[in-house]
Amino acid sequence: MNKAQKDSAGTMRVLGRLLKYLFRYYKGSLIAVMACIVVTAAAGISSSVFLELLIDDVIAPGITQGFDAVSATLTKIILVMAGLYVLGVACSFIYTRLMAVITQGFLKKMRTDMFNKMQSLPLRYFDTNNYGDIMSCYTNDIDSLRQLISQSLPNIFYSFVSILYLLVVMFNSSVWLSLIVFLCVGMMISSTKSIGGRSAKYFVRQQRTVGKTEGFVEEMMAGQKVVKVFCHEREAKRDFDEINYELFKDSEAANKFGNILMPVINNIGHIAYVLVAIAGGLLVLYGVPNLTFAGLSATGITIGAIVGFLNMSRQFTLNISQVSQQVNMVVMGVAGAKRIFGLLDQTPETDEGYVTLVNANIDENGNITESETRTGKWAWRHPHKADGTVTYTELKGDIRMFNVDFGYVPEKIVLHDVSVYAKPGQKIALVGATGAGKTTITNLINRFYDIADGKIRYDGININKIKKGDLRRSLGIVLQDVNLFTGTVMDNIRYGKLDATDEECIAAAKLANAHDFITRLPEGYNTMLTGDGSNLSQGQKQLLSIARAALANAPVMILDEATSSIDTRTEALVQAGMDKLMEGRTVFVIAHRLSTIRNSDAIMVLDHGRIIERGMHDQLIAEKGTDYQLYTGAFEFE
Amino acid sequence: MIKQLAKSIGQYKKPTILAPVFVTLEVAMECFIPWYMVVMLDRISADNSMGNILTYGGILLILSFLALAFGILSGKYAATASAGFARNLRQNLYYSVQDFSFANIDKFSTSSLVTRMTTDVTNVQMAFMMIIRVAVRSPIMLIFSLVMAFTINTTLAWIFLALVPVLGSILVFVVFKVDPLFNKVFKKYDAMNESVQENIRGIRVVKSFVREDYEKKKFERTAEDVRKDFVRAEKIVAFNTPAMQFCMWFAILMICFLGSAISVKGGGEGFNSSALSSMIVYAAQILSSLMMLAMVLVMITIGRTSAERIVEVLEEKSTLTSPENAIKEVADGSITFENVSFKYAAEAEKFALKNVNLTINSGETIGILGGTGSSKTTLVSLIPRLYDVTEGSVKVGGKDVREYDLESLRNAVSVVLQKNVLFSGSIKKNLRWGNENASDEELVRVCKLAQADDFIQGFPDKYDTYIEQGGTNVSGGQKQRLCIARALLKKPKILILDDSTSAVDTKTDALIRKAFRDEIPDTTKIIIAQRVSSVEDADKIVVMNDGEIADFGTHDELMQRSPIYREVYESQNRKGGEDNE
Repeated sequence: MNKAQKDSAGTMRVLGRLLKYLFRYYKGSLIAVMACIVVTAAAGISSSVFLELLIDDVIAPGITQGFDAVSATLTKIILVMAGLYVLGVACSFIYTRLMAVITQGFLKKMRTDMFNKMQSLPLRYFDTNNYGDIMSCYTNDIDSLRQLISQSLPNIFYSFVSILYLLVVMFNSSVWLSLIVFLCVGMMISSTKSIGGRSAKYFVRQQRTVGKTEGFVEEMMAGQKVVKVFCHEREAKRDFDEINYELFKDSEAANKFGNILMPVINNIGHIAYVLVAIAGGLLVLYGVPNLTFAGLSATGITIGAIVGFLNMSRQFTLNISQVSQQVNMVVMGVAGAKRIFGLLDQTPETDEGYVTLVNANIDENGNITESETRTGKWAWRHPHKADGTVTYTELKGDIRMFNVDFGYVPEKIVLHDVSVYAKPGQKIALVGATGAGKTTITNLINRFYDIADGKIRYDGININKIKKGDLRRSLGIVLQDVNLFTGTVMDNIRYGKLDATDEECIAAAKLANAHDFITRLPEGYNTMLTGDGSNLSQGQKQLLSIARAALANAPVMILDEATSSIDTRTEALVQAGMDKLMEGRTVFVIAHRLSTIRNSDAIMVLDHGRIIERGMHDQLIAEKGTDYQLYTGAFEFE
Repeated sequence: MIKQLAKSIGQYKKPTILAPVFVTLEVAMECFIPWYMVVMLDRISADNSMGNILTYGGILLILSFLALAFGILSGKYAATASAGFARNLRQNLYYSVQDFSFANIDKFSTSSLVTRMTTDVTNVQMAFMMIIRVAVRSPIMLIFSLVMAFTINTTLAWIFLALVPVLGSILVFVVFKVDPLFNKVFKKYDAMNESVQENIRGIRVVKSFVREDYEKKKFERTAEDVRKDFVRAEKIVAFNTPAMQFCMWFAILMICFLGSAISVKGGGEGFNSSALSSMIVYAAQILSSLMMLAMVLVMITIGRTSAERIVEVLEEKSTLTSPENAIKEVADGSITFENVSFKYAAEAEKFALKNVNLTINSGETIGILGGTGSSKTTLVSLIPRLYDVTEGSVKVGGKDVREYDLESLRNAVSVVLQKNVLFSGSIKKNLRWGNENASDEELVRVCKLAQADDFIQGFPDKYDTYIEQGGTNVSGGQKQRLCIARALLKKPKILILDDSTSAVDTKTDALIRKAFRDEIPDTTKIIIAQRVSSVEDADKIVVMNDGEIADFGTHDELMQRSPIYREVYESQNRKGGEDNE
């Protein structure tokens, strides 16, 4: 198989899968649509048939016998026609509406399927795929799918049915003339193939260049201030001119072939029309016996038959040109469907955990019982498969990593033999240069990634046995890059605990010292945040994110550079809240600033994925832990 | 607006004119062929001779081939004209942005500029092509077909003429009814996609809080909402097809009925069966051209919104230009602020800077410290004239910055911006932004100064390492150091670092400052920082508070007299444990 064949086989497979999907959800409606199209198409081509009838049964005899003799036949034909047309219009009304419902329903189905799938994917997928590429599944690809389903598929089916009808009628009318039409259709198909193929090729290339241009423009626009500062406008223009010319060339070629396809097909249709007329004339002239389904008739073809046939040949070629116009849309729609299926086929995050987090009552003897309602105490529910018993372990927040190795890709280990012990209520600081592996450690604790070697225990339980959702629920996290969601300030805080009351949210905001600035916002807690909180400063966003984590009230907190964008004066304000937040919890804190980490119970200094120094602040200073001092700036006052 | 856009036709005037000319010719042929067919069939029925068939048939074939040629030519020219128009439009947009000042750039977000240069230009390109092809084709087709229909039979032609306004008003009704609906639903659609984007960007938060199911439900609601609105709008659009079929078939029915009667009564003279067939062809042509017109209307409405957004950028005038007889040489690195006040927008109530007076000598190292929103960045932006002062004046090398040639000034004043950007390309290529002709040795020298050489040497491809778009394959600290190196390559008289070492660890930060002190002593260095440690060894330190200079002095002086400075210093430097235990 050569490449082109493979491509078209792939295209057919994707199209087949798409149709299967469509039929799974809209079987009934689609069958109704198809039935309606069959009726409407019949009405559409009936004029040719009736025209022939009118000429042969009404006009020709009428001229010799007078109008009165044929008026009854005329009325009958016209009434049948009218009936068929009314039926056709009604069916057309039904199927176009049905298609609108089907298309939008199906698109919604695809969207939610994609979104649901996306929620189940491991973090690795998001780290290794470009945001823009994922987004284009929801925008460009869905758009081209809409074109395919709402326009191309019904149009192609309509044309296909019409062509079938016309074939029957044409053969029934004259095989000789049909052959001429076929000859022209052959020409149409081959020109569609060659022009359409080239057009599709250039459209794909244009799509690529558009992507390239978009990337270039995006990069330059985002860096426009740098361009200005470096007076780099001339070079920026030069680079743009090149890429812009390339886009022009591809767009010109793609549109050229796209534009000439229609006139070529239409005019081959005209040529067929003329050829049929000439051949018809010749057939009549020489009295060639007419060949139809009924066999060879003794008489020649009538003028009425030729005129009717002319109409049919025109309709036939029009339908072929309808199909050829859909070629590009189908190619683009299938390409979009392929990318969408690509997302839907991703392997979801696996979760073999069976230890779950439950509300618990703990009596004075330390016996733990499960509770239906919130008790403020949590326990790990640990079923044992071997003997069918269930044991409970109180959630304390004791996290230990033993000799952990890890690499984002197997070939490149980024953490070597890391051991960290965090007893309940302890504050563990991770210090080190950018890229030393601090964030990676936290990614392993909440199982965004799985370790390659070693073990991690949470309250003595292997974290691989804990259900991921429950594990993550027990960990509060505040990240350097704050992500907020469209909604009110209150909604964003409530993200930490969905059933929290307004009072609880406000209390959390007060704890994080976010309350003051929130009340100064135009609508206080009801202020809408849009575009990832673009109406807030970075520091304010971090305060909100701290409030959100405070509301979640998890026994273990991970603070990854949580206060880096807050200036030190504001941080002093946050610090009090942070201290309250950290009270009684196990905390992992990553920071550059000495002020954030100085009162930690243990400080780990990381370098190139290894822990090179560990101890308490005073201890490290006393031991002249030079790296510690350098990374935190502590040397400046020693 | 049209005038502004028409400028972009530029060198593509010829194809822009030829495309509609050939369209007209093609349409003329298309309308002429069915009419001539009637003539041919008449002659054949009257005198069915070989000669007649071949003569008329031959002429018809030639006409068909002419139509084919015209069609191909019009398609080709339309493609060139529209692609060329889009090319010029994109170029004009891009060039406009290059001439923007910082104030102009602030007005447009990056993503909105990108959309304007891509999607909007594509929409306008499609509308442009529609206008020079279909918008010419449909009315001409309509008129020609009507004329031809009238020449064949006046009575029947009136049926068409009566139907044109009926169908026309249905189409217009649908377009106008649907347009606001679509506007509304597309806004919702955009909002939905934005929320998807938020979800992707915030996936760590979603997963950390185990909110996958919550997000799914939220999305399901939005998607359902969008679906409902789309269905409502599409159902109205779906009315188009049956309406058009109804009119068309009604016309055919009338033609068949009346035509047969006329033909029979006329005894086959004048209006005959072949004329009847041609009338049906014209009916189809008239109605389909109306349909096309409706489509063009929609395309033009879509194009219009895009065109407005494009013109908005094209008409934006840069707020900063070099003066005539500009000074091209910056004498030294001294800076003076004289009674400077500044606000970002003329209509803003609050001044971002108030009455700033500051003198910095050439070669000094100046630290700037202050809380978020205290206008540190604004202060330094005025030095390379990224913005113009509202009151007072800023002098560099003893001359007002507004007297300099912008390029000369900015080459002398190198700013490492807070929001730093590297461009896709090799490290070398990125560094040479600072100086295109810099030798490899010079690159290494500045990278050593910026403490970047070590990690660059650690990459397999060293200085040829390819930086991905947005610099995603280097860490934040590495990116900052590369940006510093790039700025150093300009050999500036004034170097401004706007919080440019925030992601660099303290150790490296100190090494960078030491290198500056030793290697470029004559350059005036201005360092904005969050960490006191980054500025405390500066010659002098500016303490900013709420758009004003709260204090200016050495570290020791400020420790003595500035409460703000002392507070910041102490909050960062409390010795571990001593105040806790």
